Amino acid sequence: MKKSGTGLFRNQLFIPLAALLLLMIFNLIADPSFFKISLGYNSAGNPVLSGYLITILDYGSELAILAIGMTLVTAASGGQDISVGAAIAIAGSVILRVLCGTNPRPDKMQAPIIVAFLVACLVAALFGAFNGILVAVFRIQPMVATLILYTAGRSIAAWINNNQLPIVKDPSFKYFGGLIPGIPIPVPFFIAALCVLIIFLVLRFTTLGLYVQAVGINERAARLNGLNPVFIKILSFVILGLCVAVAALIKTSRLSTINYSVIAKDIEMDAILAVALGGNALSGGKFNMWASILGAYVIQALTTTLFKFNVQSDALPAYKAVVVIILVVLSAPTVRNKIYEVTKKFRTRKQEGEAV
Amino acid sequence: MTENAVLEMHHIDKVFPGVKALQNVDFTLREGEIHALMGENGAGKSTLIKVLTGVYAKDGGEIYLKGHEGPISIRSPQDAQKAGISTVYQEITLCPNLTVAENMFIGRSQKATLNWGQMNRETNKILESLDIPARANMQLSGCSIAVQQMIAIARAVDMECKVLILDEPTSSLDDNEVEKLFGLMRNLKAKGVGIIFVTHFLDQVYEVSDRITVLRDGKLVGEYEIENLPRIKLVSKMLGKEMNDLSAIKEAAGEETAAKDQVPLFEAEGLQSNTGIRPFDFHINKGEVNGFTGLLGSGRSECVRAIFGADRVVAGTVKKNGKPIKIRKPIDAMKQGIGYLPEDRKADGIIGDLSVRENIILASQVLKGFFKPYKKAEQYKLAKEYIDMLFVKTADEDTPIGSLSGGNQQKVIVARWLLTHPEYLILDEPTRGIDIGTKTDIQKLVLKLASEGMGVTFISSETDEMLRTCSRLIVMRDLKKVGELSGKDLNQSKIMSTIAGGESE
Repeated sequence: MKKSGTGLFRNQLFIPLAALLLLMIFNLIADPSFFKISLGYNSAGNPVLSGYLITILDYGSELAILAIGMTLVTAASGGQDISVGAAIAIAGSVILRVLCGTNPRPDKMQAPIIVAFLVACLVAALFGAFNGILVAVFRIQPMVATLILYTAGRSIAAWINNNQLPIVKDPSFKYFGGLIPGIPIPVPFFIAALCVLIIFLVLRFTTLGLYVQAVGINERAARLNGLNPVFIKILSFVILGLCVAVAALIKTSRLSTINYSVIAKDIEMDAILAVALGGNALSGGKFNMWASILGAYVIQALTTTLFKFNVQSDALPAYKAVVVIILVVLSAPTVRNKIYEVTKKFRTRKQEGEAV
Repeated sequence: MTENAVLEMHHIDKVFPGVKALQNVDFTLREGEIHALMGENGAGKSTLIKVLTGVYAKDGGEIYLKGHEGPISIRSPQDAQKAGISTVYQEITLCPNLTVAENMFIGRSQKATLNWGQMNRETNKILESLDIPARANMQLSGCSIAVQQMIAIARAVDMECKVLILDEPTSSLDDNEVEKLFGLMRNLKAKGVGIIFVTHFLDQVYEVSDRITVLRDGKLVGEYEIENLPRIKLVSKMLGKEMNDLSAIKEAAGEETAAKDQVPLFEAEGLQSNTGIRPFDFHINKGEVNGFTGLLGSGRSECVRAIFGADRVVAGTVKKNGKPIKIRKPIDAMKQGIGYLPEDRKADGIIGDLSVRENIILASQVLKGFFKPYKKAEQYKLAKEYIDMLFVKTADEDTPIGSLSGGNQQKVIVARWLLTHPEYLILDEPTRGIDIGTKTDIQKLVLKLASEGMGVTFISSETDEMLRTCSRLIVMRDLKKVGELSGKDLNQSKIMSTIAGGESE
């Protein structure tokens, strides 16, 4: 029962921090130019910061936002949502549909961006609720339940726009995935920071964290304490849905258009990996939100590093798979028990040695 | 071996770390008899059966089986099966999406090919010979639970079994289905099979059994012919209390409460949940401690779960302070000032990975509301207050509750409910599996809370504890409320005779 100190090793942030540190050391030795940040001007004459670190902060945004929702879903339901990428396609398609109306190439936006975004939030939340109901009410395994939307999502997205590829010409739509004139830091970074701030406030000023963990650890006991596990699980999927809508806004804004089969492809796997890298049990229960968010940026750092060393984007998943294997195997109960036994044996031997 | 015996177990010992689960137990099963194996929780029934079926290795003693020279060794369930010992468990362990015939023959054919026609014909022959209302080509899930149970038995019997073990076979069956099952058992008995029948329903034991073996605390109490063991004696042997053992009557408290003005706090009429308990009436007064008693599985816990809304309530009305209220789920009960410490601490009580602090504040936090979290400092203050009050042994407020000892976990759950300041507190087996010191602490606490005006329902498997704390006892038998005892009737022998029922009715 004795606590073995609250040292760095016990801290959940240790794993993502250590991984980040390893990556940075690798880059420092291999090519220190990785850390170079330069201020330049883009074609429109606006100041812009560029460099690999800026790329990580920029492109890690969607992942960090999704990691927030994925952490809650994992904690509450003990499973993962694999329909996130497909849901982003749907939400992105909705945004473009609202902005462009029936004409795929309008010269003027047909509705304010905020309206398009709110409609996308509503639609994504509904799809989240759909997943949540399958998981919480019908007790289908989360991965199987979300497989439905994973399979159907991109066709639904194409159907929303009659399989056309609308393009938004208005430059203000480009801000969310690009730059606001005069500010050299990419906007997605600020959006991600805002989302992190919101979840910080939610966890601080509501009991969401306690309820989600209680339901994830012991659903029956949570119910006997007056909680409604079904509602809390659905809520976690709805929150993930909102994260999806925000990520969809950034993704579509980056291109001003959408490619249904490619947008946010495989992003669910990175989001799940972020949760795992944050040291959160994929079987649910206790979670550390900050570790997940940090995990998201670590994964982006890994991706960016691999790109820098000219790894083909096709080959990228193979490299990431190695990381996943190591993480998953290390966190498997059998391995953890084994490690525990070995260290215990070592400790008792040491004690016996001392006794002699 | 004794004449007619198919199975003899001599001087069986089984030790688990820290517990002697079986000590020098003898058991004899004769040809063509139904032999009930009785005992309360922890008596050693299931350990004995697991030794017999090769799930556990015995630490001492011998097992003899008819047709085998000398003692046999059973090292695995497969060994037991081969020796002719078959078991049918409470949960049906067949494949619901296969046909009856497939279920009968699955895992038994050594051949690579099957003769389906022959398989179906043979299955139908077996079903007919045992009067089981099913056909070979029916899908198993299309049969009622009772018929599935019977098919499981038929499968077991067909494997040339001499000893059939039925472990709580009737717990998910209704009366009608139980009757059918008993028909099958009598049928098998006539064919010479020895049946070991484990159940907690007294009525059923007296309906079909020929002999009873009683275990208590891992020791053999005795083997009896059913005619020579009236119910009351059986109950006293299971509980280990003599009929006229009046030593443990509660003196002072009993008279005191009788004199007090009794203000009803909570009343229920015709309450019934979907767990199979019969509708029951219940009330508790302010400042009263009452309890539910009865053997294991008699419906004690189901009653309090119905009161708290933990199971789905299907009928009945409840009142608090005379006003009708509705309790459909736990939160409704909590809002009415009811607290409930569940029987199964691990599965229903603790939130294992969360800290002692979070476990203490949980119920109170839920009542307080989603947008009003306790501040961290307040959480620590409250947790510390209750840790000190109930003498919880924990390193600090942030220790995960799962790493505490059972008794201390239980105290944390008690603290959780005390923090909600309930008017009525239900404690289901708060003293199970915890050390003597903590047991006494909890009993004292119960009496103290009642003296402050709280109503407390206290359930314990140990009648002594109930007599010491409760001023009124509701007696349950076979999921029915069969009596209510208070005042002078509150003593061991009266409790036992009410639990046993039967003769007095």
